[in-house]
Amino acid sequence: MAKYLLLKHYRGAPAAVNDVPMDQWSPEEISAHVQYMNDFAARLEKTGEFVDGQALAPEGAWVRYDGEGRPPVTDGPFAETKDLIAGWMIIDVDSYERAVELAGELSAAPGAGGKPIHEWLEVRPFLSAPPTITE
Amino acid sequence: MDEALLRSLTPSVLGILVRRGADFAAAEDAVQDALVEAVRVWPADLSPSSRLRSSKGDPIRDPKGWLVTVAWRKFLDATRADTARRRREDLVDEEPAPGPAPAVDDTLQLYFLCAHPSLTPSSAVALTLRAVGGLTTRQIAQAYLVPEATMAQRISRAKRTVSGVRFDQPGDVATVLRVLYLVFNEGYSGDVDLAAEAIRLTRQLAAAIDHPEVAGLLALMLLHHARRAARTGPDGSLVPLAEQDRGRWDTGSIAEGVGILQAALARDRLGEFQAQAAIAALHADAPTAEETDWVQIVEWYDELARLTDSPVVRLNRAVAVGEADGPRAGLAALAVLDDSLPRHAAVAAYLHERDGDLATAARLYAEAARKAPDLAERDHLTRQAARLNARRCG
Repeated sequence: MAKYLLLKHYRGAPAAVNDVPMDQWSPEEISAHVQYMNDFAARLEKTGEFVDGQALAPEGAWVRYDGEGRPPVTDGPFAETKDLIAGWMIIDVDSYERAVELAGELSAAPGAGGKPIHEWLEVRPFLSAPPTITE
Repeated sequence: MDEALLRSLTPSVLGILVRRGADFAAAEDAVQDALVEAVRVWPADLSPSSRLRSSKGDPIRDPKGWLVTVAWRKFLDATRADTARRRREDLVDEEPAPGPAPAVDDTLQLYFLCAHPSLTPSSAVALTLRAVGGLTTRQIAQAYLVPEATMAQRISRAKRTVSGVRFDQPGDVATVLRVLYLVFNEGYSGDVDLAAEAIRLTRQLAAAIDHPEVAGLLALMLLHHARRAARTGPDGSLVPLAEQDRGRWDTGSIAEGVGILQAALARDRLGEFQAQAAIAALHADAPTAEETDWVQIVEWYDELARLTDSPVVRLNRAVAVGEADGPRAGLAALAVLDDSLPRHAAVAAYLHERDGDLATAARLYAEAARKAPDLAERDHLTRQAARLNARRCG
């Protein structure tokens, strides 16, 4: 029983095997990809392992505090930022091995030519609640 | 309405339905429905004095009988609806089938079924909390921070997994104890107090089966639960054992745990939970951290290592050796262990600090913080690193 975040990147991950930008796929290929993602989430809900899944817009802004009584400063997006998150899925599984297995399946989503993208997904464990028994 | 009373009746009511011939999955749903109805219609006061005033046939006089009647009716309704939907003939009698008389160990059988080895740990935990504990799917989902739909699927999958298991087969009590240990140890703190629930379920199990390891686990839980108020500071930070205000330990819980443990140990069938409880009891017995009997604790870790051969036990043993024979001895015990073990760096940091090597200790505390599996521990270890760095520079 541990939660993991499966992170999908627009930018910053190593190059996928089937590395064709999505706007160069056929409409049917895009539909097939979306269907695969939906089916995957539905299947995880059935196995009792799904927690959450969200997609993020590629454009965002940087925001920071600018001192008492002043509005926050906004800036960006910065083109030089290496890492850009595209979306995530949160799963609740019995083992790290299971998290890796599911990330592998998610990475097999079809892309250009209907072939698996083999994209790199980042698997990050959640920090859990502390155990009761410590010694 | 007394929710504790209601939930304590769950396993026996479910057992009666199964013995009358209902299949486990449908019976379990029916009992849940009956529990929900009880919450809705039962009067607020189910105390013995109000029971005396009540008339025959109402839930106050006979809560269990009321639940059995309502759950059976729910089961028949559901079965009929299901049967009608499949355009089958209604084969279900209005009257309960004359099954065998309810056996005293229905509760025990339910524990075995819900901890069946074919289930994954998370499924066994969820099914146990619902079918034995009488918690709702929503409560269990909230306790484990997953959506209700996910938890509902986990539970129904678990029920399908055990659907072929015969209800009257004897199970292995060790699998049940592992599930209860998980509920106690890995419980998040939400509206449902999972630690208290684990204690309740283990107590109920101890009443159903006479087994020294069940007693050992119950003692272990009580002894750790006794320290709960002292384990976290007002800001939620983790307070290590040595720094806890022992005046805030629950002496009633400690006395009960020690009593249960002594009776179990007297039977001379040692197991890992009794050994763990013995270690907890030695800590509970020390008026101050300095007065802890570390020599005896090391001996119990030796027993525990013989029983489980767990590397985590040997890691904890190294801490105890460090206290009993000095940090150098602790570091020597640590040196033979794999340094990829969880908390290895934290233990090494502690022993190096006690040995006076603050630079190494600070570096290891920072490394341990990066590897910490939970937030409170990470913050605690980061503070340790910061404290040593400030002392070295200041």
